[in-house]
Amino acid sequence: MPHVLLIEDDASVRDGMELVLRRHGYDVDTAATGEEALALLDGPAGGKVELAVLDLMLPGMDGFEVCRRIRARTAVLPVIMLTARGDDHDIVTGLEAGADDYVVKPVTAPVLEARIRAALRRAEPSGQARSAEADLAGLVIDRAGLTVTKQGVTIPLPPTELRLLLELSASPGRVLSREQLLESVWDHTFLGDSRLVDAAVGRLRAKLEDVPARPRYVQTVRGFGYRFGPL
Amino acid sequence: MSGGKGAGHEGTDSSRAGTDAREASRADATGTAGRGAVPGRRSRRLVGGLRTRLVVTFVVVALISAVTATALAYRDARTAVLRRTQDAAVNDVRTRVTAVAADFDLPPDQRSLSRFAAKVSDGLGARIVVARHQDLVAVSDSLADTEARITAELRAAVRAGDGARFQRVMWRGEPYLVVGMPVTYADGDRRSSGLEVFVITDLRAERDDTAALLDSVRAGVVPVVVLAAVLALLAAGTVLRPVRKLGRATRGLAAGDLGSRVAVRGHDELADLARTFNETADALQASDARLREQEAKARRFVADVSHELRTPLAAMTMVATVLEEDADQLPPDAARAARTVGAETARLSRLVEDLMEISRFDANAVRLNPAETDLAEAVRASLALRGWADRVETRLDEGVRAEVDRRRVDVIVANLVGNALRHGAPPVVVTLGTAVAADGTWVTVEVADHGPGLPPEARERVFDRFYKADAARTRSAADTEGQGSGLGTAIALENARLHGGTIEVGEGPEGGAVFTLRLPLRRTGEETR
Repeated sequence: MPHVLLIEDDASVRDGMELVLRRHGYDVDTAATGEEALALLDGPAGGKVELAVLDLMLPGMDGFEVCRRIRARTAVLPVIMLTARGDDHDIVTGLEAGADDYVVKPVTAPVLEARIRAALRRAEPSGQARSAEADLAGLVIDRAGLTVTKQGVTIPLPPTELRLLLELSASPGRVLSREQLLESVWDHTFLGDSRLVDAAVGRLRAKLEDVPARPRYVQTVRGFGYRFGPL
Repeated sequence: MSGGKGAGHEGTDSSRAGTDAREASRADATGTAGRGAVPGRRSRRLVGGLRTRLVVTFVVVALISAVTATALAYRDARTAVLRRTQDAAVNDVRTRVTAVAADFDLPPDQRSLSRFAAKVSDGLGARIVVARHQDLVAVSDSLADTEARITAELRAAVRAGDGARFQRVMWRGEPYLVVGMPVTYADGDRRSSGLEVFVITDLRAERDDTAALLDSVRAGVVPVVVLAAVLALLAAGTVLRPVRKLGRATRGLAAGDLGSRVAVRGHDELADLARTFNETADALQASDARLREQEAKARRFVADVSHELRTPLAAMTMVATVLEEDADQLPPDAARAARTVGAETARLSRLVEDLMEISRFDANAVRLNPAETDLAEAVRASLALRGWADRVETRLDEGVRAEVDRRRVDVIVANLVGNALRHGAPPVVVTLGTAVAADGTWVTVEVADHGPGLPPEARERVFDRFYKADAARTRSAADTEGQGSGLGTAIALENARLHGGTIEVGEGPEGGAVFTLRLPLRRTGEETR
């Protein structure tokens, strides 16, 4: 029973989503404000939450701030944000704040459920890890245990960033296009938003690279996509 | 700014976006017209312009006054000079003749008559004296030809009258004054003695004097006319400068610069005209601002309404699937109702989304998010995503890559193909290619159907919001695609324009409507991010 935290201020939308998610077999906690959600995460039930669905437009503390605080507390909790369509600025800001994916309102139940499922799948151990551990110039990626350590220090990564790193580091030196990464990491088969990739790469670099502006591990290949290394 | 949460940055300023294109094309049109008219207008202005007319009028007036004044002055001066000469001549002759005749014996013989003439002449200077008594004639200057200068008319007048008579004659091109007088007896009854004296005075000196007057007037007319022309130019300048300024301001106003004004100087008719122009421009600007404000308000209202509709729609959309999923377990009527609610919620949701999208275009709040894209792949993905791959025939050139916003291209393709499936007849054919035109290389995506096509008047309006072509274009009500929002083509066109492209609508070779999307093909191998 995946446990989802729903943060949405409108009671009808919240109830509707709760109804739909319960029907699809999720345990659902709801919060009407960001403050309420953060209190719940800090509370005894907080540890059970596996994913947060976060409306960006909230009274009081806005969704971006809530997202940042969730990231500060539990680095690995996947966050899907609910946004108004075409509010490009909100989408970019939300992704920079650490959201793993976004859906635009109004959203149909199947779409929301598919996105939640995909995000949860990223958090699962892949099980098909070829080498349990790889040491790549000081960066140790444990594919089985899903941990990343750099010079002996563990770097906690949210599932999307971790999957992205696993995907890229699986074939060092090979260029992967944004579309390929969207398909393999986000499960977006058509028309994914390439900004998801760019934002996740940015967040990943901020955590891994010594100088994020001159990345060693995750490098941009102009016009094509990204590749891991060469180191 | 009013409006619900988050409407803040959407509806802000600017109904401008929508009107920009229209303004630009209008400005362009007037610009072209202006350019075309300029040479003709300028040359006509040189010939019939205010400046030329003023100069010609001033010069003509100056000439007329100068000539008239000169003519009058000349006539008076000439008359005065001649009269003085005549009076002096007549007086001299009378005095001299009276003095000489006193001791003259009648009847004279030729010798005494000659002596008489000489005597009279002596006292009169360089004048020729002719004395006559019946058939005897004596001339003071024997060499002079006098007969031609003393006319029969004067002789008759002298013979008939009792006083001095004079006549001006032209002889061999020179003017002469001929004074004639009869000599009367001094014994009281003034009886004519039969002796007549004629004195011929040369008038050349007087003629030369008056001619000199004409010469000096002629020399004076040229500077006067030049001065008149200069004055005319100056006057034209003072009149024309404000007129030209007004013209410039008017052209500015016509080109769409509603802030165009002229400085009002003085209190003359031109200042009145300038004031009127400014008032007119003020009124125009005010009403334009009012219209813009109303338009912006209307657009903001649409944006706000759509936004307010979205939250309840979000709840409805979320639960509609529950109804649809459980419809099979409901009684038939309730099942039908549940399906209708589900379908209509989806339609309403599409309409609200489209309204919000068009509002964003109206508010100029859209941004292009371009990335190099394989267009054949993008078109295929758009068709596959909507389950149209089997219903649409594709002829796609492979390897066409362009810098486009993939989401927006998807919107365009989906709207055009959806439109063709809804309103046209199969087969619907999507063709991707490139075209080289004078203004660069373009990517073309052609969506053709084989329905009845669009009548010409519908072609112009097919991109209008909520425009519905005639019933022939709409198939059955129970359409598998559902109904469009009525905004699809408008949104597609806005998206194409955002890319610097267009959508044209025409007719296929075998009938049917053909929509052609043209997008600029940017250079490949260039990354913008």
